[in-house]
Amino acid sequence: MVIRRGAFVIKRMPGFTLVALACFFALYMPLAPLVVYSFNEGNNIALWEGLSLRWYREAWDNELVQSAAIRSLVVATVASVIATVLATMVALGTTRTRPYRGQTTIYALVNQPLIVPEIVTAVALLILFAMIKQATDYHGYAYLISAHTAFCIPFAYLPIRARLEGMDRVLETAAADLYATPWQAFKRVTLPLLLPGIFAGAMLAFVISLDDVVITEFVKSAGQDTLPTYMLGQLRRTITPEINAISTVLLTVSVIMVTLIFFLSRKKAK
Amino acid sequence: MATDNLEALAYKKEVKRNWLLSTPALIVLVCAASGPLLIMVLFSFLTPGDYGGVKWKWSTEAWFQVAFYKDIFDDTVTIADAHLSILWRSVRLSFLTTLTAFLLGFPTAYFIATRPPETRNIWLFLVTIPFWTNLLIRTFAILEIIRNHGVINSFLLAVGAIDQPLDMLFTDIAILLGMTYVYIPLMILPIYASMERFDFRLVEAAYDLYASRWRVLRKIILPLVKPGVIAGSILVFIPSLGAYVTPRVLGGGKNLMLGNLIELQFGQGRNWPLGAALSLTLLAIVMIALIFYVRSAQKDGGGHGH
Amino acid sequence: MKVAQKSLLAGVLLSMSSIALAAGQLNLYNWGNYTNPKLIEKFEKETGIKVTITDYDSNETALAKVRAGGHGFDLAVPSHSHLPIWVSEGLLANPRVDQMPNFKNVADEWRNPDWDPGRQYSAPWQWGSVGIMVDTSVYNGDINTFGIVLDPPQELVGKINVAPEMNDVITSAILYLGGEACTGDKQLLRKVRDKLVEAKPKWKSMDYGVIEKFAGRDLAASLYWNGAAFRARLKNPDVRYGYPREGYSLWADAVVLLKDAKNVEEAKTFMNFIMAPENAGLISEFARYANSIVGSEKYMPEDMATAPEVIIPKEFIGFGKFYPTCPPDVQKMYTAIWTELQK
Repeated sequence: MVIRRGAFVIKRMPGFTLVALACFFALYMPLAPLVVYSFNEGNNIALWEGLSLRWYREAWDNELVQSAAIRSLVVATVASVIATVLATMVALGTTRTRPYRGQTTIYALVNQPLIVPEIVTAVALLILFAMIKQATDYHGYAYLISAHTAFCIPFAYLPIRARLEGMDRVLETAAADLYATPWQAFKRVTLPLLLPGIFAGAMLAFVISLDDVVITEFVKSAGQDTLPTYMLGQLRRTITPEINAISTVLLTVSVIMVTLIFFLSRKKAK
Repeated sequence: MATDNLEALAYKKEVKRNWLLSTPALIVLVCAASGPLLIMVLFSFLTPGDYGGVKWKWSTEAWFQVAFYKDIFDDTVTIADAHLSILWRSVRLSFLTTLTAFLLGFPTAYFIATRPPETRNIWLFLVTIPFWTNLLIRTFAILEIIRNHGVINSFLLAVGAIDQPLDMLFTDIAILLGMTYVYIPLMILPIYASMERFDFRLVEAAYDLYASRWRVLRKIILPLVKPGVIAGSILVFIPSLGAYVTPRVLGGGKNLMLGNLIELQFGQGRNWPLGAALSLTLLAIVMIALIFYVRSAQKDGGGHGH
Repeated sequence: MKVAQKSLLAGVLLSMSSIALAAGQLNLYNWGNYTNPKLIEKFEKETGIKVTITDYDSNETALAKVRAGGHGFDLAVPSHSHLPIWVSEGLLANPRVDQMPNFKNVADEWRNPDWDPGRQYSAPWQWGSVGIMVDTSVYNGDINTFGIVLDPPQELVGKINVAPEMNDVITSAILYLGGEACTGDKQLLRKVRDKLVEAKPKWKSMDYGVIEKFAGRDLAASLYWNGAAFRARLKNPDVRYGYPREGYSLWADAVVLLKDAKNVEEAKTFMNFIMAPENAGLISEFARYANSIVGSEKYMPEDMATAPEVIIPKEFIGFGKFYPTCPPDVQKMYTAIWTELQK
């Protein structure tokens, strides 16, 4: 016991915990005014005029902003799921392999959406999709979802690739030696090991899609405003606390989800 | 000889598998990202339309304008110093953003990776929750924090650290803080992903050999999580270069960044070919850097995974 | 379980993707936060036509999207400066607004504007001006000049904002230096550039969202639009709006019928609808700019009908003008000056 007291904790790095906690604090601090102003009586996001639920009522009555919020969530979910699946496949095809012709091209293509400013992709997509829309008379969500999926791929790809690069082949080789089919080896060995990377990638893709404004603005068809494009339209006039109210609701939903996951995983652990 | 053939066959099979795995993503990317860019390549060689758009007349004027500036008043030709200074500001701020994000993000990722396994995903979620709100509203929230009568200044004044509010709003510092805030999850998550399975027995072994903490960090941990650090840096640096909303709101809009300059050409400037040429230039610079990185990574990671 | 989730998701997507283009529908493409929900509610109730609103944030985006085609919109609301471009590019159908029953309500001075001769294409939405906002508790002198931002008095230095709108800023500077909007006079444009570059260090920001900053007294002057000045005064009674004597620009947004509209009759019904005084009043009530319909004042909030920001005082009416979009070669010089200013 006496020895334990001054025990040398291997994982400890001096100051790291402090920086990490400060970082979490900094991540959440700006949310305080955001939430506070959602209860503002006045119609401004930086000028306090008294406590009221006015903007929650307005958001509740405003079909436009509600459908925009739901649309944002659905598009982000669908696009990030597809992007993560595709990104996992590319990552498996481009890491831990002997170099092959075309590998660099694949790498460049996958990362390309990161590099081009959004407005450029947006204008190019506008022109391309407008031609398709005129030819097919289809105005649905496939355009938005394919555009979002495309720019989400690199965000999902890089964490997954980083994870894969650090993974040893030994276990998979062992599985193969035990006559596992490649699919079995993947499902039982690679995938579970890869999961943290996939999880991180999917979450990045989700928030990136949720935030996109410029590409959405140019690609959307009639009646397809998302929360960010709805807000962009407000930028020149006044941004009202209605958006704060909606954001607060979204935050609450996400916090509830995290809490649920926490308790579910605890149950499992037991 | 026989083993050589077998080896070649195995290699062929591996390459085929790699292409099969990559094809679906490549189809989406070519249709909805890279393919349409060809339109931009074409546009950069056309004449600007009178009111936006392009005229179908061949011209290399746009490419000339990227690097050279023909004075509108006396027609003298000089290096386009406005474009250069905007490029320089963007690169400098993006670099500082990446550095700050790393200095804060690395310890945070380390912290998460050393939590008990069942709570790690919760911490990860905590990193992304603020991003469920909208980018614009988040940026305005930061504005609220750093303005003269904002939270930071009020706090510093109250504890007596300063006696005049710090004038942070509409400065490069504000842009730096804002961009770090916006992009830091892009640094934390990849680092975490490559660190999560880190084998701490290695660290233990190092300590047994009397290594200092600093040496362990530098010689053992950092090299092993390097892929994550590089992925994170790419994810932060490149989007910062083209950032549009944050510099505009927090910088007070007085100085352009690359993203704003390109946006201007497609908007009020009505010079789509120049906008296309400027962004292709940016694309080329970053692509060359990336390919250079991949090549060198392949070289020193050649034997990786056998 | 998994199947149930998938089919639920598919159901949500399906119901979202069915944008009805059938009769009894109308797709309006308008500036964000510009359409009064009460107006739409009233229209839907009276006509049974279901309206879908989609937002845009700039004339350039709207023009680019409509020109690309395949957008699915019926009506759009471009500014006067862009309206002739929409006509000459062949993007509009001619609904003969001048022959609609409610055209009788349009005020005389709005029946034959330069930018829509004979007013056949466009039904009026709202209009306003680009002027000067000043917090008179900080500066008490003459505010009816662009000199407030271009040659600022000492009290205002470092407390000035300029709207980040290239055309509005450069036009204002040209007028201040005695030129004509869209001038190709290089001597004058050089002076304009020098004046702007010299004035910029005295500005705090080039930004939107001025109302809260005037209310919080972070700003004391701005080149901005009249509607915002009006709303800022309601929060900070010292704010006044100046109409520059050197001349200032007016703008107007108007509803037009797109050539590839699928719901033409519904669209025409809407154009006629917004020219009724009680409906025009609803438009102004929401966005707080003036409209062009006689008798609509009765339906506006009281504080608006008398506001000097909304109703231009007689002595200043003559200085305001509608300026067109400049020709391409002039626009190129504008962009060069603008880039130079913000490098």
